[in-house]
Amino acid sequence: MTLNTPIPSSWCLRFYNLEIESKQMMLQLKKVTKQFTLHNQHGTELNVLNNVDMRVEAGECVVLDGPSGMGKSTLLKLIYANYRATSGEIEVRQADGSVLELTKADPRELIRMRQHTVGYVSQFLRVIPRVSALDVVAEPLLEDSSQEISAIEQAREIARRLLTRLHIPERLWELPPATFSGGEQQRINIARNMIKPRPILLLDEPTASLDAANTQTVIDLIHEALARGASLVGIFHDTHVGKAVATRHIDVTQFRSAK
Amino acid sequence: MTRPALNTSKPLLRVANIYKSYGARVALHDASFDLWPGEVMAVVGESGSGKTTLLNAIAGRNRPDQGIVEYLNQENQLQNIYDMTQAQQRLLARTEWGFVHQNSADGLRMDVSAGANVGERLMGLGERNYGKLRQTAEEWLKRVEIDPTRIDDTPRTFSGGMRQRLQIARNLVTQPRLVFMDEPTSGLDVSVQARLLDLLRQLTRKMHLAVVIVTHDLAVARLLAHRLMVMQRGVVVEAGLTDQVLDDPQHPYTQLLVSSVLQP
Repeated sequence: MTLNTPIPSSWCLRFYNLEIESKQMMLQLKKVTKQFTLHNQHGTELNVLNNVDMRVEAGECVVLDGPSGMGKSTLLKLIYANYRATSGEIEVRQADGSVLELTKADPRELIRMRQHTVGYVSQFLRVIPRVSALDVVAEPLLEDSSQEISAIEQAREIARRLLTRLHIPERLWELPPATFSGGEQQRINIARNMIKPRPILLLDEPTASLDAANTQTVIDLIHEALARGASLVGIFHDTHVGKAVATRHIDVTQFRSAK
Repeated sequence: MTRPALNTSKPLLRVANIYKSYGARVALHDASFDLWPGEVMAVVGESGSGKTTLLNAIAGRNRPDQGIVEYLNQENQLQNIYDMTQAQQRLLARTEWGFVHQNSADGLRMDVSAGANVGERLMGLGERNYGKLRQTAEEWLKRVEIDPTRIDDTPRTFSGGMRQRLQIARNLVTQPRLVFMDEPTSGLDVSVQARLLDLLRQLTRKMHLAVVIVTHDLAVARLLAHRLMVMQRGVVVEAGLTDQVLDDPQHPYTQLLVSSVLQP
């Protein structure tokens, strides 16, 4: 902006700010490479992702396309800091507005990032022994609040509503999910990881083992997250689900070619 | 219960470049880490890798040959634990710290009642009201899922799992900030282990405890710990978030460790 630029009128300023708001970078990958070195397999090197450049803005749902084994899940795991990038940078805008660069962050910052900023729905529920389904789902809401009875009851109430929407029968709520069917566990997993309205959500085939009604619930939950301005990156086995939620598609095979 | 703010500027425990050798054998080579309030860190590695040496060095039980171990005291100052007087060290060990031993007989008084085992640390802090001591002991027995009618029985009459839970109650009754655990679940049946692990998981979260737990069981680390440190021959070969280290191990030894177990 030069000195001669006229001062924008207030409506214009407001428009300008809104524009910034909707184009806000939430997640950015810069030249990210992931290589696995298998030391106990004669040092075999697997080049899974090369030079990933990707930017996701607030309110976007980016669907990753490509055949299996192309590194779609690996890409999500890098953003969740479950895998460590071999090179490149991964920037995440945190809930407090600051930007965290994951490849240089310490464990404490990553723990906080997962608590407040990035949620991840994996393909399988990692079962916690002896904890009821209701509390497994409510737990993320209680991590940063006091353990007062009222807070616990409020979290459970939100969990009940979510379990109802995902058609988990009430008789199962007080039971630990270890004995649940695959589809039921997957829905508990979705509820647990979507209950907290985090600004960034990563979805790894969340509808893989769900029937039509529950798939629709997940599509609705994704639309609700987008409506509140969250950014999503997802992998969907069913192309119709991907089409229903995507604001943009990225083909991951492009990250495989260059060596 | 009040919880400390997340962005406290100082760690609860700061360990910098500690070494320990026994004669010519180096048991611990240049270990460093910061532990923050509410963080659970697991230390894994095969036997003889230096895990227990590390634990004893940072818990003030065995002075390292070199390096610094600092603890954040009540005045919000990091203080070298080996510069403290013996009295200060003892007070710390009885109040703000806990130590859960692998062998419960090392951490309990086997010939006094369960209630007295739980009450001892409170009495050390000056609590003399018998009724109140007994009531607190009963509450803690319930919290660790021991039938409170067993309050007058000695730990000798308890099962292995009950003894470990009693040891935990004995340590947590003073609401410590930092607890050290040395293989707390080994030697227990799988079902008893699961119960103890779940209890530990809930208590560490509810009480916002910082914990350093030594284990050789990767599944225990996965369930309880935010962070993981892998040791081999006295050296920390890898450290990071627990799931990061287990799902994307970088060091040859960690890769071997992870691939050697059935689904960690």
